[in-house]
Amino acid sequence: MAVPSVAVKSRPSILSRLAESRNALGFGFMLPAAALLLVFLTYPLGLGVWLGFTDTRIGRPGIFIGLENYEYLWSDSVFWLSVFNTLLYTVSASILKFVLGLWLALILNEKLPFKSFFRAIVLLPWVVPTVLSAIAFWWIYDSQFSILSWALQQMGLIDHRINFLGDPTNARASVIAANVWRGIPFVAITLLAGLQTIPQSLYEAATLDGASRWQLFRYVTLPLLTPIVAITMTFSVLFTFTDFQLIYVLTRGGPVNATHLMATLSFQRGIAGGQLGEGAAIAVAMIPFLLAAILFSYFGLQRRRWQQGGGD
Amino acid sequence: MAAIKEVERLETDEGGMGYLQSLPRRVVTVYLPLLVFLIVLLFPFYWMTITAVKPNLEMTDYVNYNPLWVVHPTLEHIRYLLFETSYPGWLLNTIIISTAATFLSLAAAVLAAYAIERLRFSGARQVGLAVFLAYLVPPSILFIPLSVMVFNLGLYDTPFALILTYPTFLVPFCTWLLMGYFRSIPFELEECALIDGASRWQILTKIVLPLSVPGLISAGIFAFTLSWNEFIYALTFIQSSEKKTVPVGVLTELVRSDVYEWGALMAGALIGSLPVVVLYSFFVEHYVSSMTGAVKE
Repeated sequence: MAVPSVAVKSRPSILSRLAESRNALGFGFMLPAAALLLVFLTYPLGLGVWLGFTDTRIGRPGIFIGLENYEYLWSDSVFWLSVFNTLLYTVSASILKFVLGLWLALILNEKLPFKSFFRAIVLLPWVVPTVLSAIAFWWIYDSQFSILSWALQQMGLIDHRINFLGDPTNARASVIAANVWRGIPFVAITLLAGLQTIPQSLYEAATLDGASRWQLFRYVTLPLLTPIVAITMTFSVLFTFTDFQLIYVLTRGGPVNATHLMATLSFQRGIAGGQLGEGAAIAVAMIPFLLAAILFSYFGLQRRRWQQGGGD
Repeated sequence: MAAIKEVERLETDEGGMGYLQSLPRRVVTVYLPLLVFLIVLLFPFYWMTITAVKPNLEMTDYVNYNPLWVVHPTLEHIRYLLFETSYPGWLLNTIIISTAATFLSLAAAVLAAYAIERLRFSGARQVGLAVFLAYLVPPSILFIPLSVMVFNLGLYDTPFALILTYPTFLVPFCTWLLMGYFRSIPFELEECALIDGASRWQILTKIVLPLSVPGLISAGIFAFTLSWNEFIYALTFIQSSEKKTVPVGVLTELVRSDVYEWGALMAGALIGSLPVVVLYSFFVEHYVSSMTGAVKE
């Protein structure tokens, strides 16, 4: 980069031709990012797949054992329970996040005083470190001093404390609620951005044609919002599916593995239990689900573009 | 910048048919749900704050004291946290690691984004797509092989384990965001500079970067926040108590045996959240507009 410009102009050398070639320059500029990503992302991804085929443990290199880890997991009821939990967690949390997030976005899209202030504080749950807000939820869900139990008792709705994290069904509902709480702001703000790109004139035209408020939403807002919904929900689904922090703080997979997700099971077996090979196999088992989610949204988007008459 | 202007333009234009709605109806459909949303979204923060300043006696006595209020606020929990635990050290570790990872990622991302968006080398589109796909690879899949690598490289239990692994999610994100920013800078500026004999490096440092300061700020804030909030790598790669980051330290070191120090835990969570909240509140407009801008692309 320190090629003196005078020298470059007077006599084109190999160096100067390199400095002007797009490909050589592009290669040079890409180098730092590519090196970081190849070494710490691509290579570990391959290494993870390889580890899944070995019996590596912490402190002991393993040997190739073929599909043994996967055969073991196939017959392991806890693994299948974690797959079920992950799907339940992802589907119910994503649906709730979408519905509530869209609702909040529609509210924030109305004419409101202090709108930018509301928009800012609504994002807070998303900005604050997940682990730290999860610790607050841990305290909210405390078996003895839960503020929720206290409030419901004061209102006379229940007569004894709710065991939020000790009972399988309650624990599942509690972690999903905490995840939804954290996810609503992201969905709401991105969908709000999408809502603001819809021209008012479309609503005016539809109103003149006698459309009701529901019809306005169903036939104007929703179709125009679909592309951004697809992107937002793809991200939301991916991050919910691979969630780790919330479960690790609130339940560590308990009670009786009722809230174990694939990521937490992978950590428990791989790092806490020392069975790196088996943990890696569980992590690899998540990849097909993630690919399916990405492909689903990709082809969903393609169809939309084609319907709107766009090329590519 | 274009995104902000567009939002402003649309904001003046919105609610064009608001006159069709009566006030009582607006209260039920807009203000009441908004109030409920705000209460639910903000209550955990209120509860965190109130617990952090509540004496232990009031904290567990719901009969004589209303749990939603504090009668004798105390700084005891915060004092305990700052002077009798390793908390200040964790804060310092988190600041150092997040800053280093942010600058490393930003430097790599600026070069990569410029190369993909403006140098247009052969295969730039494919590389751009690969960077986007890299962002979709979640840490939950990578932490086991990375822990093996970190151990073999001799980085286990050092800050470098985190500074070098955080860019795996920061570089794709920043590159993606900056590509959008660079796209909005007119080609003509660069062409003029090329005719005047500027090198590509000069164009980048003297023309493109000064014009994309807002983009750099948002990418920096996002990267800093993401590193500050990171948990699974910090939990896996760091073992010694004094080298931990805030989220890991609060969870693993402040929770001892069966007696939970709720006051100290909440104080730790509150103080650990403050830096990102302060940073966020200074740049909230950048934050929101770049988030919406990034999605609009």
